[in-house]
Amino acid sequence: MNETSAETRSVIVERDIPFPAEKIWRALTQPHLIEEWLMKNDFKPVVDHRFNFRGDWGAVDCEVLEVEPNKTLSYTWAALGLESVVTWTLTPTGAGTHLRMEQSGFRPDQEQAYQGAKYGWQRFLAGLEQVVARPD
Amino acid sequence: MPSAQDILFKTLADPTRRAIFERLCRKGEQTVGALTAQAGISQPAVSKHLAVLKQAGLVRDRHEGRLTHYSAQLGALAPLIDWTSQMAGFWERRFDQLEDLLRRMDQ
Repeated sequence: MNETSAETRSVIVERDIPFPAEKIWRALTQPHLIEEWLMKNDFKPVVDHRFNFRGDWGAVDCEVLEVEPNKTLSYTWAALGLESVVTWTLTPTGAGTHLRMEQSGFRPDQEQAYQGAKYGWQRFLAGLEQVVARPD
Repeated sequence: MPSAQDILFKTLADPTRRAIFERLCRKGEQTVGALTAQAGISQPAVSKHLAVLKQAGLVRDRHEGRLTHYSAQLGALAPLIDWTSQMAGFWERRFDQLEDLLRRMDQ
């Protein structure tokens, strides 16, 4: 699932979904539907449109890069000190649609971003006591 | 050969040392004197903890006259933060929710 190269890293999640691409496209591009599975947003399927996703933990700043209805959707994704690009690809299959999400552009040095360290720090502390208490 | 993660976990397993590191994360650069005033232990003990933190790359020292200032090196925590697996988990859960939504949209 994780690809590593010298320059950047990607996260890829893909699934075969038993629904037509047109229906999935609506869930990916209509704000009230996006909110149901991802986050609150002011998305518009218009290239260069700037928008954000809003979660309990903060906001993700985005800009639409590519819109090809029922096929490809791409936007920038900047949050927690990380900048990346999220690209959705829809490919019709006999039984429905193959949906692929690739988030790319993580640079290794971004992993050291201050915000990221702060965020990771809470999780780290939460797990530390158990880890050190575990017998070797 | 211990991994970077082993060293970080071992270094931060000590509660007093961890408290010193957390204070540096929150408050920025501090002198040994300022850290000692809040730590509730002797200055030599604080200095010893700082030396261990420095060896693990978690703090950096800067000398200015007679004073030594210490600051947290958050980048040293990077081996503990695997962004790609965190984001993969995030998206897997969102895909589940998307599939739930698509099923409901059918009705």
